[in-house]
Amino acid sequence: MSHDTAHALHPPTTTGLDNRKLAIWTFIGSEVMFFAALIGTYLVYKGKSIVGPFPHEEWTSPAGEHFEHIFEIPLVTFGTAVLLFSSFFVVLALAGAQRGNRKMLIGWLSATVVAGLFFVGMQVYEFSHFMHKGLGYTTNLFGSTFYTLTGFHGAHVTIGLLWLGTVLILAIRGKIPPEKALNLELAALYWHFVDVVWIVIFPVVYLMK
Amino acid sequence: MATSAVEHAAPHAPAAHPKTGLWSWLTTVDHKRIGIMYGVSAFVLFMLGGFEALLLRIQLGSADNTFLSPDVYNQLFTMHGTTMIFLGVMPLSAMFFNFMIPLQIGARDVAFPRLNAFSYWVFLVGAILLNVSFVFNAAPNAGWFGYANLTETQYSPGLNTDFWVIGLQILGVASLAAAVNFFVTIINMRAPGMRMLRMPMFVWMSFITQILLLLAFPVITVALVFLMVDRYFGANFFQPAANGDPMLWQHLFWIFGHPEVYILILPPFGIVSEILPVFSRKPLFGYAAMVFSGAFIAVLGFGVWSHHMFATGMGPIADASFGLLTMLIAIPTGVKIFNWIGTIWGGSLQMKTPMYFALGFIAMFIIGGLSGIMHAAVPADLQQTDTYFIVAHFHYVLFGGSVFALMAGAYYWMPKMFGFMLSESIGKVQFWLMFIGFNLTFFPMHFLGLNGMPRRVYTYPEGLGFEFWNLIETAGSMLLGFSFLVFIWNIWKSKRSGEVAPADPWDGATLEWSIPSPPQEFNFGEIPTVDARDPLWERKRVEGRPLPEPPQVSGDDIHLPNPSVKPLIAAIGIGVFFTGFLLGNPWPIPASLTINLPVVLIGFALTAYGIFSWAFEPAE
Repeated sequence: MSHDTAHALHPPTTTGLDNRKLAIWTFIGSEVMFFAALIGTYLVYKGKSIVGPFPHEEWTSPAGEHFEHIFEIPLVTFGTAVLLFSSFFVVLALAGAQRGNRKMLIGWLSATVVAGLFFVGMQVYEFSHFMHKGLGYTTNLFGSTFYTLTGFHGAHVTIGLLWLGTVLILAIRGKIPPEKALNLELAALYWHFVDVVWIVIFPVVYLMK
Repeated sequence: MATSAVEHAAPHAPAAHPKTGLWSWLTTVDHKRIGIMYGVSAFVLFMLGGFEALLLRIQLGSADNTFLSPDVYNQLFTMHGTTMIFLGVMPLSAMFFNFMIPLQIGARDVAFPRLNAFSYWVFLVGAILLNVSFVFNAAPNAGWFGYANLTETQYSPGLNTDFWVIGLQILGVASLAAAVNFFVTIINMRAPGMRMLRMPMFVWMSFITQILLLLAFPVITVALVFLMVDRYFGANFFQPAANGDPMLWQHLFWIFGHPEVYILILPPFGIVSEILPVFSRKPLFGYAAMVFSGAFIAVLGFGVWSHHMFATGMGPIADASFGLLTMLIAIPTGVKIFNWIGTIWGGSLQMKTPMYFALGFIAMFIIGGLSGIMHAAVPADLQQTDTYFIVAHFHYVLFGGSVFALMAGAYYWMPKMFGFMLSESIGKVQFWLMFIGFNLTFFPMHFLGLNGMPRRVYTYPEGLGFEFWNLIETAGSMLLGFSFLVFIWNIWKSKRSGEVAPADPWDGATLEWSIPSPPQEFNFGEIPTVDARDPLWERKRVEGRPLPEPPQVSGDDIHLPNPSVKPLIAAIGIGVFFTGFLLGNPWPIPASLTINLPVVLIGFALTAYGIFSWAFEPAE
């Protein structure tokens, strides 16, 4: 389309803010409550599991089976750093889009997607590794709450990747000119939110003992 | 986003905007048509929920009755509650959100017309799925509150609770999508000059309701996810054997559930605040106080959930805090009631049918509000909880409150929606039947409750003194049910031989009365400019006479959003996805899998197709 949908359909908005941008902010406000309920539940059930394995301590079952502590802090710290950097990358990609600098847009957006893929890959590896160490989804409260919380976050990252990936394909095909930078900005807003949630999850789940 | 050169070459090709026929309704993105679809569906479901209630009343009409088995009774009372809340009152409010908010703020449509259609279709899919359970004799049977761990597999092994969980998840998607849409619409689509503190009170109360929906529904979504993974995948969230705590369910449920009751009552507050000024011939008393008391109710609504849980033994500090906070809600609610009375005080009352229902609303809501304050006192509540006294209370606020106000809104706005006046005489007959039937049905429940009759029990033995009032209630409920048949008769008769509605039949104060009845597809030929709180009254005052009947204008140069079938496809996809959770694993491997993976994946693919093709479809 030669012009922005929202503006062609309606007279300029009351606040001057684009409808879609306001909608993403609104949706993020709602998502805050979604993650608040998930994180709250994790905290309520923290330390309440009656059988292991546990996040930070070793555990020997009554049958004499030995379980290592589950969390591997270095790996997830690295994944966290990569995810946070991806937020920075998408800011640069947006700057590229707004300036009409296609190289900057495509380069940094690709970097964002690669970083996001790395994070999801890390999570998949982590989940299978933890399963291997004896923490199933149904093993104990720790397993149920941990996989549910981080799994939903991972699902959000995946949806963000699908969205950013779609914008990347559009960008490569030359369909994100400066006046359509908002199409990237919307995805970027969501991406930042997903990152911010992880900033809460990482210390609460992995670091707090 | 896709190129739309073709669209621009022929923007008004007739094929692109079919005006009639089934396809035009399946693909419509017009907020008025979507509003009508919400209204019709919700009214049918409301009647179904009422029919369920009548069956319950027949069962309770005499002692030791065997009309319904205990299991069917459980299914009916669960579906009655679930239906009335999620499929009756909420979507009836949604009908007015859809039809009236854009008109009242002077907009041509909502911010996201296709998302609006999507919300409706998802709602319909959820409503159908919930009620299909009756066909399999597996309707939800654990109460609309679904207390864990009663709802866990070991106590609710059948499909009943699965239907409930799945149905509510789908309805949650619909509510959230709609809430984002109306939140943005109200903030961003107001006509020039329509400042926040000039918005009609219905728009204000709807706005606050959207905020409640946005913040409360994610919490029930999470609680339902926990219950789903417990039931389907053997997680431990509400399993005491694994140290899971059923109290967690109650907290999450009521953190949603208490704001939910304000989601049910705030739009009706708004409706009544529109009607009382118009039929009292004077502006709403204390406009700003009305706005802020509504907002204050919403804020407090998030801090009082545990008053539903006094009997669970939370301890004196929690009980006292939640009791006190609950009592605080009486203040903003009292402000509203006094302002309504202040509005009619000294007015020149026009006793039309909408006014009857609005006044009935005030009286009935006060009764329900007073018994509500009684429950806020913890020692009193411990006596009243789980008795018919509670049933009396919430029917006085939800039926005497919400439903009376929704009826007032129907009589007030249906002339605008459909272009014909409803019969005043039949309307008043309906009001009195409903008013008498309602009080006969629910007032004696106060006595029965205080005498110790427990709720959610399918019968009672002879000789406890419950027979007389139960019989009266059953008779009253039949009268109440009959009053809705009178309403249908009124619509039918008035449509055939009723007066044609002028644009402004009530000498209204707000913008929807400035355009023809029913409104043209684009609402306003020219976007109005607003320079006062009651814009139409202001315009009439300046001109010094009633406004002439607005002409039908040609809207050839007005761009309207394209119809689209994509929202319907995405909604069906969501229905298919969740149906996969009800069908069971078709293969023996892996044996632990309890869902139908192919159906789930097909549903997912269909939803993804719907959303992607929608994103790339030209909107205009």
